[in-house]
Amino acid sequence: MDKEIKAHVQQLLKQDKRLDGRKLDQYREPVKVEYGIAKTAEGSAKVQIGETVVTAGIKLSIEKPYPDTPDQGGIMVNVELLPLSNPKFETGPPSINAIELSRVIDRGIREAKAIDIKNLCIEKGEKAWTVSIDICPINAAGNLFDAAGLAALAALKDAKFPKYENDEIDYKTRTTKKLALSQEPLPVTIIKIGDKFLVDPTLQEEKAIDARLTVATTPDGTVSALQKGGDEPLTIAEVDEMVKIALEKGKFLREKL
Amino acid sequence: MTYKKRLDGRDWEETRPIEAKAGNIPNADGSAFFRIGKTTAYAAVYGPRDLFPRFLKNPKKGLLRCFYNMMPFSGMGDRVRPGASRRSKEISMVMQKSLEPIVDLSEWPNAVVDVFVELTETDAGSRCAAICAAAIALADAGITMKDMVSAVAIGKVDDKLVVDLDYQEEAYEDGPVADIPVAMLHNTQEISLLQMDGEMTREELIKALELAKKITAQIYEVQKKALKDRFAQGTEKPKVSGISKGDDKNG
Repeated sequence: MDKEIKAHVQQLLKQDKRLDGRKLDQYREPVKVEYGIAKTAEGSAKVQIGETVVTAGIKLSIEKPYPDTPDQGGIMVNVELLPLSNPKFETGPPSINAIELSRVIDRGIREAKAIDIKNLCIEKGEKAWTVSIDICPINAAGNLFDAAGLAALAALKDAKFPKYENDEIDYKTRTTKKLALSQEPLPVTIIKIGDKFLVDPTLQEEKAIDARLTVATTPDGTVSALQKGGDEPLTIAEVDEMVKIALEKGKFLREKL
Repeated sequence: MTYKKRLDGRDWEETRPIEAKAGNIPNADGSAFFRIGKTTAYAAVYGPRDLFPRFLKNPKKGLLRCFYNMMPFSGMGDRVRPGASRRSKEISMVMQKSLEPIVDLSEWPNAVVDVFVELTETDAGSRCAAICAAAIALADAGITMKDMVSAVAIGKVDDKLVVDLDYQEEAYEDGPVADIPVAMLHNTQEISLLQMDGEMTREELIKALELAKKITAQIYEVQKKALKDRFAQGTEKPKVSGISKGDDKNG
């Protein structure tokens, strides 16, 4: 079955056509961001791109800093590929796909220095905030990278510190102090099938991928993370073209925030 | 005798606002959303489908499998560590037991019907919300069902019998608190989930169960409406370019 879908997708692409009639550089409709979907989280968001729905939540906790970075807080990104969201996902420890996804989102945020981790330090060597970003798809119907990245950034923008007094966190009382973001990195994934580049693949199109490049960019045009996937190699000229598309589409997605 | 008025101002026999929807997860064969107060559950049903590991196969009838899970950010307080815990495993099991009496999988030997419930936000009553969502999702999936199941927590706070406790009520400190999650089959009025934390007399328990009967009947109406709305508007699952989801799965 996969083989037939793949052949069909390739055949259509030769005429610059896609299964659902979209242009190659067009995202599915709607692209929607909803904030504050879980009041138990310090920040949360739900993102929809076409049929793909992803939730993200931020929990803030206080941990002892690592000995080699005593004046820094921590960031942790975790993606749970819930079996609820796709018939192919299974219960149990995170699959390699979940690990890759979380590490790419992590790099995009960490390397863009979106969160000033020195600001998270409360007491040098003793106490610092750790920002846990958990991403959970509700319906995984293609292009999880972009949806997860958008959800993570939206949840970060929604995050406010809980009350912290006498060495204790009161999670029930939220302060008005926001988690300061100095950068807003967003990943965009470009797919190469044959000699065509496209964005926002559906599940069917993902079966036909030759190469994939996820590019996280910030509004000023800086690239903060890259991840190449797929079986086929890419030329430098192709990478250049893909980064160009990513910058353009990053702008488009950013408008939805 | 200090509990004169409920902490959030509700009547003694009043649930929090309930919202239910069916068919909200297009990838799934059946799905539902169930929200009671802040407690929010998403349920997805996959199957009947092939069952692995093979030793679980039953040649007489299909297997119903339930998974209850809280998203890491859904708990009051600390982050919930991902992965199965002793608590989530027990809830998965009692959920399965509460749903088994209503489904008929005799037509599906060796197969499995998987029910996944994820909570995005919790404020007590999550196993009851999970069961309500799962029951809607099973019906939405077109699984043969003999009955519907609805669940609610009945409790005793101080000396008052209350319905659908939230977290602050469960944590009431000026008097004893008992909490009884109950699931009830609609037609037979039988109980398929019964647990309790706290203390009660036999008389009080029976009173609580009679109250559960009344409240689950109200919840049943919400579940029924969710399913009716789903099919009334002709909102069949959008199929991508005519490739049916069923074919996709076997590929």
